[in-house]
Amino acid sequence: MFTATELNIRNQKIERRVKLLFLLMTILLVIPVILILGVLVYEGGPLISVDFLLTDPKDGMTAGGIFPALVGTIWLVIVALLVSVPIGVAAALYLSEYARDNWLTRVINLAIINLAGVPSIVHALFGVGAFVLFFGFGTSILAASLTLAVMTLPVVIVSTREALQAVPQAFREACWNMGATRWQTIRHVVLPNSVSGILTGVILEVSRTAGETAPIMFTGAAFFLPFLPQTVLDQTMAMSLHLFVVSTQVPGVPEQLPFSVALVLIAIVLTMNSISIAFRIYLRGKKKW
Amino acid sequence: MDRQPSPAIDTQDLNLWYGTFQALFDVNLKIKSGLITSLIGPSGCGKTTFLRCINRINERLGYVRTTGSIEVLGHDIYAPEVELIQVRKLVGMVFQRPNPLPLSIRENILFGFRTHNAGKKITKSDEDQIVEDALKRVLLWDTVSSRLHHSATHLSLEEQQKLCIARLLPVKPAVLLMDEPCSALDPRATEAVEELIWELRGDFTILIVTHNMAQARRASDECIFMLLGKVIEHGLTEDVFISPEHKETADYIEGRYG
Repeated sequence: MFTATELNIRNQKIERRVKLLFLLMTILLVIPVILILGVLVYEGGPLISVDFLLTDPKDGMTAGGIFPALVGTIWLVIVALLVSVPIGVAAALYLSEYARDNWLTRVINLAIINLAGVPSIVHALFGVGAFVLFFGFGTSILAASLTLAVMTLPVVIVSTREALQAVPQAFREACWNMGATRWQTIRHVVLPNSVSGILTGVILEVSRTAGETAPIMFTGAAFFLPFLPQTVLDQTMAMSLHLFVVSTQVPGVPEQLPFSVALVLIAIVLTMNSISIAFRIYLRGKKKW
Repeated sequence: MDRQPSPAIDTQDLNLWYGTFQALFDVNLKIKSGLITSLIGPSGCGKTTFLRCINRINERLGYVRTTGSIEVLGHDIYAPEVELIQVRKLVGMVFQRPNPLPLSIRENILFGFRTHNAGKKITKSDEDQIVEDALKRVLLWDTVSSRLHHSATHLSLEEQQKLCIARLLPVKPAVLLMDEPCSALDPRATEAVEELIWELRGDFTILIVTHNMAQARRASDECIFMLLGKVIEHGLTEDVFISPEHKETADYIEGRYG
């Protein structure tokens, strides 16, 4: 009575094939990641040492370390965060907690999506026009970081909004019904419960900011500087541009050097991501619903 | 029921639209002070909508439009000079699903109070007293007094619902709106919460939306029957249940539709 019919058997076959296909696609996705990491570690790993991280490049960048680029990237990321996080979080709070669904909100949403879709080289040219020339910051950390901030704002806004929307509506209703204002609700209930999600977005932004080359090329990152930046109005070296330079622009670079630079850059990004995951797990554990 | 005190809630020709859909039609109700009034009727009849007008929480949806007036304790809450926060302070609301904030029990009780007294100096012993009074009033003090700093979301549903009532009390509301306060609870918890509601009778004007006929019958003084956005019948609960004036009421109570 309960034996499989022919139709059942055919469906099972299709089921197995579909499952296999999807599995293969998933594996295909992992292969580049493993290959990239593998090649980088294999080629670039031997060159990496504390000295490599903490000394200046030497001999026309064909030897020595990457210290100024490392420091420069940290500068760029921090200044970009200082600009984009407050703006992005505030905008997300407005859009998710205050704005009503009307044409203006829809236009703003569309603008954010479009901003996310603008190629980074276009952001770079915008940065040159706006920050370097119009505001007169010159090619500097400030101009480069502002350009990066504009570019990553959509990431912050979208991820913050998602985090805010994950807070159950019932909490807000409870607050409003007790006579709390929207700000009191945000301050005491919404933000404490969405902070992990917001931080995740911020750290995603860090990885992206650290890796971008085009937006900083014309706005603040230098080919080679024998000294470290002192203020935000100085130029700086940066990891991503340094990688581009040693890979393509300088003759006589040892073959392993670009791999090592790339490995450090990826290590920074992966470390950031791991911190974000650890942090999220920690904050999730503290969540009370 | 001989004396006729001024009603706690008095609505005049209240109409409400969600966009183009009219959800309430000329609702004229006088809800007596200090009593428990139940609102019954089939789903979608406007009970909850009506309830949500009384602390103006409906307006949060931008497309809601109302005409007519609602007076709470003799004051029109839709008058232009009215501060919404003050309305919500006087008219507390309890929801279908208990929704304690993801804070400690103590913080839940103090949340509303602090909101309305921001900037004032409140000593810790004052706060302790407020928490104790509120929890005692909802018969929860004995069970939770030893764990006031534990998260409120770990309480049982019955305790959560009682807490949700308790946290309204420190700001001294006059009206408590309850939107199916027991529908997420099991029968034993329902009984406990009903007992509590009965306990609060006299000190607060309580308006309960319920789908539970038995609950309306045993736990309210007056009963309002609504159908398709209109008030069909409003009277003493026993009259509405034993000798309803309208056929629709009788049919609904007997379970011919719902």
